[in-house]
Amino acid sequence: MLEVKDLHVSVEGKEILKGLNLTINPGEVHAIMGPNGAGKSTLSAVIAGNEGYEVTSGTITFEGQDVLEMEIEERAQAGLLLGFQYPVEIPGVKNVYLLKAALNAQREARGEGEIPAPEFMKLVREKLAFMKMDNSFLQRAVNEGFSGGEKKRNEILQMLVLQPKLAMLDEIDSGLDIDAMKVVAEGVNSLRSAERAILMVTHYQRLLDYIEPDYVHVLVDGRIVKSGDKDLALELESRGYEWVTEESAA
Amino acid sequence: MATEEMEKLVRREYTQGFVTDIESDTVPPGLDESVIAFISQKKGEPEWMLEWRLDAYRQWLKMKEPSWAHLNYPPIDYQAISYYSAPKKPEDRPQSLDEVDPKLLETYEKLGIPLHERAALAGVAVDAVFDSVSVTTTFKEKLAEAGVIFCSISEAMRDYPELVKQYLGSVVPKGDNFFAALNSAVFTDGSFVYVPEGVTCPMELSTYFRINAANTGQFERTLIICDKQAQVSYLEGCTAPMRDENQLHAAVVELVALEDAYIKYSTVQNWYPGDEQGRGGIYNFVTKRADCRGDRSKVSWTQVETGSAITWKYPSCVLRGKDSVGEFYSVAVTNGRQQADTGTKMIHIGEGTKSTIVSKGIAAGNSDQAYRGLVKIGPRAKGARNFTQCDSLLIGDRCGAHTFPYQEIGNSSATVEHEATTSKIGEDQLFYCRQRGISEEDAVNMIVNGFCKDVFQELPMEFAVEAEALLNVTLEGAVG
Amino acid sequence: MSAAQTFLNRLEERLSERQAASLPEPTWIAARRQAAAARFEALGFPTRRDEAWKYTDVRRIGEGDFVLARDAAFSKATAATLTLPIEAIRLTFVDGLFSADLSDLSALPSGATVEPLSQALANNHEAVGGALGRLSGVEFSPFAALNTAFTEEGAVIRLAPGTVVEQPIVLQFLSRANEAAVMSHPRVLIEAGARSQATVVEHYVGETDAANFTNVVGEVLLDRGAILKHYKLQEAPLGDLHIASLHVDQGRDSRFTSFNVNLGGALVRNDLVADLNAQGAEASYLGLFFAQGRQHVDNHTLVNHNAPMTFSNENYKGILGDRARGVFNGKVIVKRDSQKIEAYQSNANLLLSDRAEIDAKPELEIYADDIKCSHGTTTGQLDEKAVFALRTRGIDEQTARGLLTLAFAGEVMEQVDVDAIAERVERTVAGKLPERFNLAELVDASLNEVHDAGLGEE
Repeated sequence: MLEVKDLHVSVEGKEILKGLNLTINPGEVHAIMGPNGAGKSTLSAVIAGNEGYEVTSGTITFEGQDVLEMEIEERAQAGLLLGFQYPVEIPGVKNVYLLKAALNAQREARGEGEIPAPEFMKLVREKLAFMKMDNSFLQRAVNEGFSGGEKKRNEILQMLVLQPKLAMLDEIDSGLDIDAMKVVAEGVNSLRSAERAILMVTHYQRLLDYIEPDYVHVLVDGRIVKSGDKDLALELESRGYEWVTEESAA
Repeated sequence: MATEEMEKLVRREYTQGFVTDIESDTVPPGLDESVIAFISQKKGEPEWMLEWRLDAYRQWLKMKEPSWAHLNYPPIDYQAISYYSAPKKPEDRPQSLDEVDPKLLETYEKLGIPLHERAALAGVAVDAVFDSVSVTTTFKEKLAEAGVIFCSISEAMRDYPELVKQYLGSVVPKGDNFFAALNSAVFTDGSFVYVPEGVTCPMELSTYFRINAANTGQFERTLIICDKQAQVSYLEGCTAPMRDENQLHAAVVELVALEDAYIKYSTVQNWYPGDEQGRGGIYNFVTKRADCRGDRSKVSWTQVETGSAITWKYPSCVLRGKDSVGEFYSVAVTNGRQQADTGTKMIHIGEGTKSTIVSKGIAAGNSDQAYRGLVKIGPRAKGARNFTQCDSLLIGDRCGAHTFPYQEIGNSSATVEHEATTSKIGEDQLFYCRQRGISEEDAVNMIVNGFCKDVFQELPMEFAVEAEALLNVTLEGAVG
Repeated sequence: MSAAQTFLNRLEERLSERQAASLPEPTWIAARRQAAAARFEALGFPTRRDEAWKYTDVRRIGEGDFVLARDAAFSKATAATLTLPIEAIRLTFVDGLFSADLSDLSALPSGATVEPLSQALANNHEAVGGALGRLSGVEFSPFAALNTAFTEEGAVIRLAPGTVVEQPIVLQFLSRANEAAVMSHPRVLIEAGARSQATVVEHYVGETDAANFTNVVGEVLLDRGAILKHYKLQEAPLGDLHIASLHVDQGRDSRFTSFNVNLGGALVRNDLVADLNAQGAEASYLGLFFAQGRQHVDNHTLVNHNAPMTFSNENYKGILGDRARGVFNGKVIVKRDSQKIEAYQSNANLLLSDRAEIDAKPELEIYADDIKCSHGTTTGQLDEKAVFALRTRGIDEQTARGLLTLAFAGEVMEQVDVDAIAERVERTVAGKLPERFNLAELVDASLNEVHDAGLGEE
């Protein structure tokens, strides 16, 4: 489904990713872990199309398409969706407008017509309830004045409505208390299916207690230096990252 | 987002430029006392009105065109303008919609304003001004039942001379400024509204203005009086056909609010802005002022300005009555080579007066716009309060946005707050929307509409929808 | 006779005196003087019809007849009470004329030159001629033209690249209580070489009964990486008329900080203009004005962002009592293609009396899009919640209000790093507060305590 090959990425002349390889198949849940500054967030940002990053070499393909050639919105319409670490506030723009515009853009790209209003409202209300969010969220401006937890829930709500093929979650657990984390994790788990893949970027193992990954990759200094199953995350939790670095250097 | 793409988004065609071919009864270009006498006679005005006009004209002759605004345009030749034109003969004016020249109705169709439908559906009474003469007024009976007078100012002069005499020029004096003096001398028509004591006007009142006939300046005069405890909501919208020569528009709007009265005045202005080189657009020099004479009276100005080559406009409130309230909500969008210098004046005279100013400016293309405002707190305005929020959004790097707020505060118990920001559309906001699959153009529209939310929500419902659509059209091709 | 003519006649007199005393001057000065006089004559004094002078009426100056001082005599004892009590490199001017007796250049490090203008001209007039007038010619305002026409004395500060001057350089301008009102047109020129660093204090003070007219023009040229802190402490006698403009030209990565404190004078107008001409240049404007009685204080500031990645920050506070009038006009201009700019401006004013007035006009003129600019102004009263909070601590209401007024000024003053200035301001502000606030003694006591405990600077 997603194939990242020998990816090199720079920001303002400084190389952040230095030959990263990653393959994700439908139905899989991948977690990328690593120390601060390893380039974890860079990977999902580049896949999503953030223009602040320069891809100097390497390829990213998604369902056979060259992702790097696609516009930001084309990637999203194709099913690559990013849950932001710091969701952006957009004053005056109601959540419900953003959701509807996004959903319709996706449908249009697939050659489907606009979703009828009642159907849309039914869908959104159902997902809101699932995320334990009040209906009034729809009428509030996107992320404006939201607490940290509300913003993260809102990111997952958008995922539930837009049903991406590959959901990328950048530090979705940061700033969440345990109750909020459970709600977010439930939302993410409800996305799990044989057709869908999930890519999580996280610094802490804690999130993985709630969303169990099939694969765990350790990203150090711009490369994946070790991959394993969920036990690797536990090992990282107890031993830290140094041993992996040393092991890979050896 | 790449600058070129933004540039593309900024370019657009005016969709409402066309010319209707209706024979006009037009005087030759030029202005002197005989032209004024001709206008006055044509309109069958009383003698005092002619004197009033001539006095204004004589004052105007001694005045200089203001140059302080942040505007740049070639000198206007006031002798090259024709000061009167009327479609058909006045005595043949249609009495109902059926009698209206089908071409005119067609014009409204093209503007997306199916008059009869719209009026019926929205319950709006429409006093349409085509060129300089009022051609149709509907819903008069329903209004009459409530005791509300809504007619053209020429009719008012004939039918309610005492009211006109009492209030005309009492808010904007004849010699108030260069353009107001000119208007006072040559105005040909406009609307008159009187809402009697205790009456809430049963429907929103609305007027559409159009400029037609080459070289014809339009000089509307609007006078709205809201008596004690009365309320009215008035909508003004306009658009104009494409023309090569610049057309002058110098309207005067006077509002009078007596005790506990409330006037809500909303404008969507979409005059022809000129072509890509800025040729042929409308010059819009408007004097709008409200006098909150009565205690606890309230006037709210809401405007959405997307048109005109030049806009010079400062809807103001003189807060004379104790605890009176003035509001100004404005969205100004400039694109191409448009220039706008607009804002408001809040003059606090009475005790406990309050004012709110929310101004949102969006500049794109090679346009230039300025917010210019005055908040004045007089020595008697104990406990007066003002809050001003003034934000500018820049789209592209060839435009300019400026803020010139004046604050003159002469009372220690007053609280005046002013905040202003200028920025471009956040890259992070655009990325966020696009990462949800929304196209760049839609994302820009969405963010810009969000930016204007505080103002749009002050507009009456149908107008708000129209305004959002207008904004999208304005920035369309401006982005995309 | 026109107002301008009165002044030009005084100029003629002075020039013939100089000629009689065979005081030669370089031809370029004579030429500029002549051009400036002609320009001033053409302009005349500004009126309230001029936008820049909308709120300030200068007829009191134009209608006055001021003579030029002939000597710089000043009582040493009086001077001692007026001079800022700090170790400094000091130039003193009395009614515009240089006083060697009251000056002290002993702490001047090598690489730095500090001299009166007359001396700088005598030593090497060509070196001065290049820089003088580069930033403020005759075009800026009629007063700048007038100053140029009268060019005679002032201060020239030059820092060689890399020079760091530890002690503040104080330019002290003393105003005497003369029989006839005197005018002076001092000129200040500061040229700071690359990576040089200094603090300059312009201090205006004088004898209580003085009623003179000071018309100063300053020019500051900051080369790459230069850092200059400029303090203006204006506590001129309450009869003085004071017009000043300061023009700053900033090179790459230079940093300019202005502290503009105005407490004295009957009629005061300050213009502060910084041109940020190269990437990384940064300007901070901090201001405090406190006027009472019938004082009139007008502060006009302007920042020109002429290059990308330049930064400015402004914070002005005004306190107005009695029938005083204050003006704040702060303008930021971002030129086309000056991208990645940040410019912030804030102005807060406190009116202590119903007859005081403030006219505020924060302006933005922006021609580039990738920028962050904002301004905010507030005018109002003390925070009643804070007053209440202090009263619950047992402080009486008037004292509470006084303390909060002081705190209002403090937000700007706490960034002052010359303690003697901060102290002087705190005492003056406390002393200027209406007596009912009863704060002067409190402040005095607390400042003395600081000194007794040895916590002060000296």
